[in-house]
Amino acid sequence: MLTVLLLLWPVAAALLLHFFKGRAARVPALGAALVEFALAAYAALTFNANNVGQFSFNLNWIPSAGIHFAVGMDGLSLLLVLLTAVLVPVILLSAFRRNFENESVFYALVLFMQTGLVGVFTAQDAFLFYFMWEVALIPIYFLAGVWGGVNRARVTFKFFLYTIIGSLFMLAGFVYLYFQTGPAADGLSAHNSALPSFYALNLPAETQVWLFWLIFAAFAVKMPIFPFHTWQPDTYTEAPAPATMLLSGIMLKMGIYGCMRWLLPVVPMGVDYWQNLILILAIIGIIYGAIIAIRQQDVKRLIAYSSLSHVGLMIAGVFSLTQMGLQGAAIQMLAHGVNVVGMFFIADAIERRTGTRNIADLGGLTRKAPVLTVCFLVLLLGTVALPLTNGFVGEFLLLAGVYQFNAWMGAVAGVTIILGAVYLLRMFQRVMLGPDSSFTETFTDLTGSELALLVPLIVLVFWIGLFPNTFLHLSEGSVMGILNEVVKR
Amino acid sequence: MNSIILLSVLGLGNLFLGFRRSNRLLLPVMMLILGLVLTVNFLDWGTSESFFNGMLTIDNFSVAFTGIVLLTALVLIPFSQKYVLDGEANLAEYYSLLLFSLVGAIMLVSYNHLLMLFLGIEILSVAMYVLAGSDKRNLRSNEAALKYFLMGAFFTGILLFGMALVYGATGTFVLSEISFAVQNPAPGFESLKPMLYIGMLLMFIGMGFKVSAAPFHFWTPDVYEGTPTFFAAFMSTVVKTAGFAAFLKLLVQAFPAANAQGIWLPTLTAMCVLTLLIGNVGAVAQTSIKRMLAYSSISHAGYLLIALVAYNGQLEGASANGILFYSLAYSVATVAAFGVVKLVADARQREDYNGLNGLAKTNPLLAFSLTVSMLSLAGIPLTGGFFGKFFIFSAAVENGYIGLVVFAVVMSMVSIYYYLRPIISMYMRDTDADTAEAVPVTTFQAGALLLLAALTVLLGVLPGLVAGAL
Repeated sequence: MLTVLLLLWPVAAALLLHFFKGRAARVPALGAALVEFALAAYAALTFNANNVGQFSFNLNWIPSAGIHFAVGMDGLSLLLVLLTAVLVPVILLSAFRRNFENESVFYALVLFMQTGLVGVFTAQDAFLFYFMWEVALIPIYFLAGVWGGVNRARVTFKFFLYTIIGSLFMLAGFVYLYFQTGPAADGLSAHNSALPSFYALNLPAETQVWLFWLIFAAFAVKMPIFPFHTWQPDTYTEAPAPATMLLSGIMLKMGIYGCMRWLLPVVPMGVDYWQNLILILAIIGIIYGAIIAIRQQDVKRLIAYSSLSHVGLMIAGVFSLTQMGLQGAAIQMLAHGVNVVGMFFIADAIERRTGTRNIADLGGLTRKAPVLTVCFLVLLLGTVALPLTNGFVGEFLLLAGVYQFNAWMGAVAGVTIILGAVYLLRMFQRVMLGPDSSFTETFTDLTGSELALLVPLIVLVFWIGLFPNTFLHLSEGSVMGILNEVVKR
Repeated sequence: MNSIILLSVLGLGNLFLGFRRSNRLLLPVMMLILGLVLTVNFLDWGTSESFFNGMLTIDNFSVAFTGIVLLTALVLIPFSQKYVLDGEANLAEYYSLLLFSLVGAIMLVSYNHLLMLFLGIEILSVAMYVLAGSDKRNLRSNEAALKYFLMGAFFTGILLFGMALVYGATGTFVLSEISFAVQNPAPGFESLKPMLYIGMLLMFIGMGFKVSAAPFHFWTPDVYEGTPTFFAAFMSTVVKTAGFAAFLKLLVQAFPAANAQGIWLPTLTAMCVLTLLIGNVGAVAQTSIKRMLAYSSISHAGYLLIALVAYNGQLEGASANGILFYSLAYSVATVAAFGVVKLVADARQREDYNGLNGLAKTNPLLAFSLTVSMLSLAGIPLTGGFFGKFFIFSAAVENGYIGLVVFAVVMSMVSIYYYLRPIISMYMRDTDADTAEAVPVTTFQAGALLLLAALTVLLGVLPGLVAGAL
């Protein structure tokens, strides 16, 4: 029941938000997001890590087709629901800094998207998963398209087309799987689309080999993995900062989560067949993203490419099919969500003050804004994976997982840390240090409310870095469960 | 049957109201009539009764489809409010013609005898010929009426010729007896087979024209463009729903036999592929929204044809349910789309995409409503259109038509392009000189638009309400 509440509350709040106009919508929107956070925190506190599939709810959604509104949470779902619940208030707060037109609609769309995201992370039925997958897409399309930059119409159109075509392939795969299942438990229909029924299918290897690509298409675009990433930098750059945070902080985790929950255990032999190729693509993505990031002049674009590079490592970890790799991906999803949202927030804070995102135009912020510099540095070191920060735990586990699978691949993937340090420190040096530029002469430091927004993120950077077990412990059961499903066949 | 009697009698009564020249009265009366008939219609749910010596059967199938066409008409009526406000002289006649054409639609979804099929099509079409030309001083409307009438009369002739040949081969007009005669050939039937097959093909051509399936679709864009938008909406929803129900009945009840399927299966599959291709690719190239909607209506005929190809034996199967859900979702979305286009075109005298620029700023409700409708037509989840496509595609996959479904999915990817264009215009482009002013919308119309959007979302969130009803 708690899961249903987590799902329905944001959408209900989004609807109610229409009674507030303009700035008056800020407090109720933030309030709604904080209530959602409280619910998620309550779920985390009462969660029993030894037991999978809690807070379940099952409703016969389309009885004639055996499709159920089945939701529930295991440790992995819970982690991502928590991440969503933490980041959405932060994202809303950051949106308050910009005086958008039709504010209330903007916040309503963010909350509406939260429902889709929580739905994706908790769905236990294939068609419900697909449904929520698209529910999350519609609001972000409008967020990026209506409030975005000059090229928004063209860029978001490409984004929408890419993702929807990918997910239609996934739907086709699910429909195929659906017709392989047995009757629903209630006997009302000849097939059913429950997650356990998909796990129980024993499809021949040659079927799994092509089925893999149908399902993976949706995840590949969403994450995105090289070479399906071409929509990403443009969209991240054109979208308004809060939408970019949603895209990079939470939405890309949908793809990784999808792989872990709906790909590995469903077509394990297909995964086995394509494992090397996916790992190679992921590693190409790591290097490619990092090298392009080094050459970027635009702060937002640089973070976008760095995100591409980091996601590559997470994909590699997942497809290494080792416990360390999957656990690393789980914790790195949290860490990356926190870091990238913080980085985009700081990029946005700089842009709001100076009106430019161009690295060449900036410089000397340290002297003007010491607090901002410290915050930026902490998040940056988290992204670079310095020990004691959150990035270190995730990247270490991920690299260990990849290394376990193949030492050479592990070694190449390890370059990500070096290259990451290169492009991030290079950016830090040019933006924060060095002489003032005409843009930064009147630069002011972070305001109290901006700092209040960054503090929880910085706390999380250290919390995950120092006590990773709080979170690893939660996801361990689910990761073992997924690996058992994979190895069983 | 009650609905047929009520509609005919009240339609006549409505004509007499016209003498009072009181347009203000007509609109509520019309809503009342349709609401009443809609309620009465569902009293027949769960029963099965035959009339006119078995020529008409009212069962769940016909009640369900009658419900859709009546509901469509009911939610469409608010968009005729401009006629009322402008003091249109012939409004009572238009309304009565609509009511009469609904009688034809009901006959189409409940016929049991080819004569009734023919009568139904004619009652429906003759009213539409008149309404297409109802904007008497507009040349394009005249052109539309003439084109529709000439082509329609021609194809009615072909349909009738087909019926005659089928009668010649089987000796009966009754659906179940045709099926019996085809399955249990009498001596000498072999030599009559070509006659039966040609008769079937001619009938399919006639039906294909009515539902605007390619290659008999050429009239659609021109007629829709010229016809007053209000009636074009009626054409693309009621006529299509009734036409497909009739088509399904014909296939299931008259030609289910394997040797007949050998003829119609490839024919329909070819028509289906062609319709999907022409509808979707044609819509991409349009600059007028009305023409885009015309091509979109062709493409939706293609999706519905998939359900016909994939039907598996009984009238109450997955195909019929798929067509039922799809028609409902499609009708609701199309009425909203035409409604918004009509309101915008009436105010701005523009029917191109740029006429919608910045609509989200001037009329958020219209923009929202058109967005929901476009997403539904494109088959994006959270809207009824998604589950419509989902049910039809899964019926087809279940019966092994995977290639056809793959093609249809590719085509619906294409369709996202042209359904997103109005959304982009409304939300992502700024107003220009023509579009700076808000479009006037009455509360009544706003209510209707909200209702339509709510219905679309309801169908997309709780599809179980309608799915599997048959």
